[in-house]
Amino acid sequence: MRRRCLLSGLVAWLAAVTPAFAFIAYVSNEKSNTVSVIDTDKWTVTKTIKVGQRPRGIEFTRDGKFVLVAVGDDDKIEVINAAAQQVVDSLPSGPDPELFTQDAAGKILYVANENDNTVTVIDLEKRVRIGDIQVGVEPEGMAISPDGTILINTSETTNMAHFIDTATRQIVANVLVDARPRFAEFKRDNSELWVSSEIGGTVSIIDPAKHTITGKINFNVPGLRREAIQPVGISITKDGKTGFIALGPANRVAVVDATSHTVTKYLLVGQRVWHMAFTPDEKYLLATNGVSNDVSVIDVAAQKVIKTIQVGELPWGITIAQP
Amino acid sequence: MIRWLVGAIGVSLVAAHALAADPVEIGIGYLGRAGIKSKLSLVEQPSENDGIAGARLAIEDNNTTGKFLNQHFTLEEVRLMEGDDVVKAATDLASRNGFIIADLPAEALLKAADTLSDRKTVLLNAGSIDDRLREQDCRANVIHVAPTRSMLADALAQYLVWKQWKRWLLVVGSHDQDKLYAEALRRAAARFGAKIVQERIFEDAGGARRTDSGVTLIQRQMPVFTQQAPAYDVLVAADESEVFASYLPYRTWDPRPVVGSAGLVPTSWDPAQDQWGAIQMQNRFIKLNSRRMTALDMQAWTAVRMIGEAASRTNSGDPQSLFGFLKGPDFSIAAFKGQRLTLRDWNLQLRQPILLVDGRMVVSVSPQEGFLHQVSELDTLGVDRPETKCKLH
Repeated sequence: MRRRCLLSGLVAWLAAVTPAFAFIAYVSNEKSNTVSVIDTDKWTVTKTIKVGQRPRGIEFTRDGKFVLVAVGDDDKIEVINAAAQQVVDSLPSGPDPELFTQDAAGKILYVANENDNTVTVIDLEKRVRIGDIQVGVEPEGMAISPDGTILINTSETTNMAHFIDTATRQIVANVLVDARPRFAEFKRDNSELWVSSEIGGTVSIIDPAKHTITGKINFNVPGLRREAIQPVGISITKDGKTGFIALGPANRVAVVDATSHTVTKYLLVGQRVWHMAFTPDEKYLLATNGVSNDVSVIDVAAQKVIKTIQVGELPWGITIAQP
Repeated sequence: MIRWLVGAIGVSLVAAHALAADPVEIGIGYLGRAGIKSKLSLVEQPSENDGIAGARLAIEDNNTTGKFLNQHFTLEEVRLMEGDDVVKAATDLASRNGFIIADLPAEALLKAADTLSDRKTVLLNAGSIDDRLREQDCRANVIHVAPTRSMLADALAQYLVWKQWKRWLLVVGSHDQDKLYAEALRRAAARFGAKIVQERIFEDAGGARRTDSGVTLIQRQMPVFTQQAPAYDVLVAADESEVFASYLPYRTWDPRPVVGSAGLVPTSWDPAQDQWGAIQMQNRFIKLNSRRMTALDMQAWTAVRMIGEAASRTNSGDPQSLFGFLKGPDFSIAAFKGQRLTLRDWNLQLRQPILLVDGRMVVSVSPQEGFLHQVSELDTLGVDRPETKCKLH
């Protein structure tokens, strides 16, 4: 009993005196062919890693040890060792990989091959392609349902969200959405699937069980022409209460009440904001601004932009260490 | 509300293997002319399948989507030789196809449209830029996907005014289309605040387009032709007939940019267009057709895709239903130009941004920032609703 008390006391004391580890954010820079590494305590770029050509989709592996980045023009996915912060390996991906997602166990990788109307399935351990699924024209958005049974792929020119059974790798449903669906995101409790339509200018709320659209989020910024509002990235808090939508050349992130599906605020960020990621503690949301070559840091509780960090050219994707 | 309903109707569908029914067939005809219109530049020579190659890719794209909706699209191609009867060809195509993509000169297009007006066939003009087809000669059964000459001229003028190159030396060819282009450019100058300081006519004196001795004579002729002009910023060439404009850049007496039919050219599409996801479009086109995508290809692609989009949204193959949807408020199409394209309801002209290209790069995209409009900034290009001579309703 006494030993346990001593031990927990020691741990508590250590926690009080040791500084908290900063989270590390990795940003893919589509044009400069680099990945910028950001320290979330100092809010600075601590390293720039050279990668292959046209890096876009970027994601930590489930075990947090590696960062995968799709280098589209090199037709592969590069593997960055998170400890050493350099490229150590590459994976096959099918041609022109853009976005990808992993299953919960981190064993299977699903890659959208934009030029080929295909989703390629890759065994991460064996490092080989194990199958593919024919989808609509120009697949991009990829998301896995919280229970891992359904893979979503959005096809930009076909304008559909395809529901793919991960066990059989067959498409079980297709939902027609507004023009140019770029991104899909589930709520953690699987009650809703959100899909952004870049040219349609809306976010569709889909019932994942019934495969029907139950609502849409519309956007309106006074004084800004509607055509400039082009929703792409979506980030929903773990509690399912607040959503953040990156609005592209509207240069704003919309804050959305995730229950009523209405916009409560617009946050002005940099130019052409596309993709976002929460820090694992959801204190901050980082957004990539492709045209102004920077990343905006949003204080989630205060709903305010607190910092802008210069990164490489045409920042595209962002991933922060797994929660 | 309707938007919502339409979305909800077309929305939830089960995979194709569960459906026993044959797919709904949607037949699309393509009516163009055989042969190519020769250009002065060797690298700009159109392919034999210019335009149609774009339609073929769009059929593939429509069929990829169609797999999920149990719809199947087919393309029937007809090329008119010299002397062929357009009325006969159009009527024949219309007997099997509810839609015809047309790449025809204005007179032929009007003949086809008038012949088919009882049949409920929908024509999509992918080739002719003549304003008259959207104005006094507009037809209720024709959708215009190609931009108008006035849209192209306005796009160019907006950029020149933005650039403060407002003093123009206008050089016009001696053929009818050249004069139409000059008229559009004069209108654009007045509209956006440029000044044509002088006009000159370049007479077509005949002669071979290409000779083995190449540039020696041209190098002497062009400076002489352009000398003694009043002070000007830019030479605007109206030469749709391909007689002289391509010979002007770098040969003008005064060192001045050339724009219009050569130099900086307004166009609906260019193989150099890489913005707004266009690389995906360019790659797919090159993969299928083994060459680069032209403006005519893109216009045809867009026309066929519009039919596909209407078919997806209405979940129907009936041409009249699709036409109704295209004319309605819910129709828009994404065509890799950064914003959705919609139809002007008064004359069924597709609103669209216009690229300004130099043959290697996209230099700018109009409408230029700062040119405002109460409905859509795309309507600062071309003839607007209050000015139209078209009375379809």
